[in-house]
Amino acid sequence: MENLGNSLLSARHISKEFSGVRVLNDINMEIRAGEVFGILGENGAGKSTLLKIICGIYTPTGGKLNFKGKDVKIQTPMEAKHLGISMIPQEFNLVPTLTVFENIFLGSEIKRGLLLNKREMRKKTGLLLDELKTRLSPDALIENLSVAEKQMVEIAKALVHESDILIMDEPTTVLTQLEVEVLFDLIQRLKEKNVTILFISHKLNEVKRVCDRILVLRDGDQICINEVKDVDEQDMAKKMVGRDLNQVFPPKSEPGDDGVLSVENLCDSTLLKDVSFELKRGELLGFFGLIGAGRTELAECIMGLRPKVSGDIRVKGEKVVIRSVGDALGYKLGYLSEDRKGKGLLMNFGIPENISLISLSKYSHWFIDKKREKQSAEKFTDKFNIKAASLDAELEYLSGGNQQKVYLSKWMDTEPFVLILDEPTRGVDVNAKKEIYYFIHSLISQGVSCMLISSELEEIIGLCTRVLVMREGRIAGEMEGSHINEQEIMFCAAGVE
Amino acid sequence: MRQGIMGTKNTQLETLKKIDFSRYAPLIALVVLIVLSAVASEHFLKFRNITNILRQVSYTGTIALGMTFVIVAGGIDLSVGSMVAFVGVLAIYLMNYLGGSILAVSVAVLAALVVGSLCGAFNGLIVTKGKITSFIATLGTMSIFRSLTLYISEAGEVIAQNELYPEIGGGYFMNIPYPVLVFLGLAGFFHVLLNNTAFGRHVCAVGANQQVAVYSAIKVRWVTFMTFVITGFSVGMTAVLLSSRLNSISPGDAGIFYELDAIAAVVIGGTPLAGGRGTIWGTVIGAVILGIINNMLNMLGVSPYLQGTVKGLVILVAVLAQYKKN
Repeated sequence: MENLGNSLLSARHISKEFSGVRVLNDINMEIRAGEVFGILGENGAGKSTLLKIICGIYTPTGGKLNFKGKDVKIQTPMEAKHLGISMIPQEFNLVPTLTVFENIFLGSEIKRGLLLNKREMRKKTGLLLDELKTRLSPDALIENLSVAEKQMVEIAKALVHESDILIMDEPTTVLTQLEVEVLFDLIQRLKEKNVTILFISHKLNEVKRVCDRILVLRDGDQICINEVKDVDEQDMAKKMVGRDLNQVFPPKSEPGDDGVLSVENLCDSTLLKDVSFELKRGELLGFFGLIGAGRTELAECIMGLRPKVSGDIRVKGEKVVIRSVGDALGYKLGYLSEDRKGKGLLMNFGIPENISLISLSKYSHWFIDKKREKQSAEKFTDKFNIKAASLDAELEYLSGGNQQKVYLSKWMDTEPFVLILDEPTRGVDVNAKKEIYYFIHSLISQGVSCMLISSELEEIIGLCTRVLVMREGRIAGEMEGSHINEQEIMFCAAGVE
Repeated sequence: MRQGIMGTKNTQLETLKKIDFSRYAPLIALVVLIVLSAVASEHFLKFRNITNILRQVSYTGTIALGMTFVIVAGGIDLSVGSMVAFVGVLAIYLMNYLGGSILAVSVAVLAALVVGSLCGAFNGLIVTKGKITSFIATLGTMSIFRSLTLYISEAGEVIAQNELYPEIGGGYFMNIPYPVLVFLGLAGFFHVLLNNTAFGRHVCAVGANQQVAVYSAIKVRWVTFMTFVITGFSVGMTAVLLSSRLNSISPGDAGIFYELDAIAAVVIGGTPLAGGRGTIWGTVIGAVILGIINNMLNMLGVSPYLQGTVKGLVILVAVLAQYKKN
């Protein structure tokens, strides 16, 4: 209350529920004009929900937003924009074949009569870009720009509409170190222009550097608001995590001694550098890392979906060459992609056709034995408790959890002996999660080895006997036993000493 | 909670009903069309008229059977019309060179099927190895095949000299013309290929979502390539049926607009142009629907110049019906 005088945006008792599940709980904050306000939290803590409420994508279930002293109801992103709140999207919304100034004025072109007033738009864009101290030309084509330059154009696009608040959601994940410096300079200049910035990042050192104050969220609750000068990175990490694990995890079992899959000095052309590890029989090896750390790339490289530049892959000690999923299948490797809809399942097919897609040769010599295919699908729906109106129901009508179980069945039908699980519980409800955990456990105890890639720390800690942390395409650390705890893993992933 | 489950079950049932209806929409349309035609003309249901319609549709219909594979896999083949002329000219030249024996006919027929498949393979290679979208790739080969045909034949009509040859296109087995038997026989074979083999399943998967197919260890390029070979093979078949019926082939006119009729038959048969699913029997029905419409317009004395308009409207309605479904 005491800050009401210079508060630009304030939230009072903001909460949000999705079909009865509370994802944000009583958030209260005052954002001051011209400050950089950081929002911190683990995946699923409620950061993006809060942002989406501020920029009009979601409407809150309860509470009020106050902007420039007036109570506001922001119903659509358009309304937010008119008020002066803009979001710099993670995926840029730029038309690659148009120029910088055409993109900046896209949808709000300056006209003279019926015709475009290109000269005016070009001039305004030029002034704006000068102000931002970039050397971009208004006439440059977007497709010729680097990622950082595109981000600059997005920022300019927000500023041309005279935004008071800029929301930056993980802006640095797509940038190189040098480009990050340029962005931080720009943030300083924006501050001087009295623009307020909401800054979301996983990288605590960045938060420490650019933010004035931070809000920490955990499981939808507001943990604290601090002046950044009062806290260090370790405090921030502690505030973000620090909670007991729920008992949804099966007991851990000890892996065997013999290695089944070993990767030596694996490099790809873009991200992966000298990745080495060994997976043991019946081991559940966790891979943690922030977005862009290279975990999915590693999995795809092993499966032959992404070319490797150097390094070796050995299966049971034997050096193998894998150029496609088909090759990987020959060595009984399996990969459950994180992108269930885009890469995993055929959403307009029924359950049996999806389950048998990889293992189809099992069901066909000349012709597909559809009866046997169906029986096998029934076996899996029983085993995994897959709920569907009928076996032939198209997959898009199944819930996320049931789809994921179909996806697991699809790979189980190939009888793999190493299974790479990439975010196996993403978009899955709590019950299905638990079922999937117990299923992974039963696989492990049968001697199957699994690599578990997950962005949910809780999951990694609750399930794995050994954890590798990746950062910027490298293995940044390895934890076992009591070292598998949220702080050590988070510090390692974020690069905090 | 309980309400939620009931709710989703209901929507699932509704969507199932919808799917079933749209699945049989081509069949329903055919039945309606037959009834209307029978009412409009007393000659329509005569055996002779029916076999005539079927013979008429067997040429583009046979191509449409192959085209179904290409479209289900998410591609398109515009070159089939030119390919008919190209294959036909080469086959007749070969037969004339070999003389008047039955052996010459057999070798020429075999050659037509092989050359057709090779032309399809050429399309397939451009699409899979050259990574050019099938629309552009086959637009190019459409022009290439036609121009080569005109060059080889010096733009003159190529006449078959073998007296046994016309028997293929003009002969009957139990009062049914050979081309109709070939068309329906190939349809049966392709139906099994698309529905009951791993290859057919893979064709659907590639068309439904290429990424998923790659991640499911399916040889996407090989499958795509083979769909073009299959289309080329059915074009070879049509080239034989057509040239033997006419006992000649005209390099400039043969196969003109066949690609449109073939694609129309596939689409009217309920296969979405986006691919991912489709049926051979739907394509057969689509071809027959087009044939009946032509037949009726003729019988009712509608100007031949207006027949294209009607055909165009039917195609548009079929595609609109598909949009509604989605």
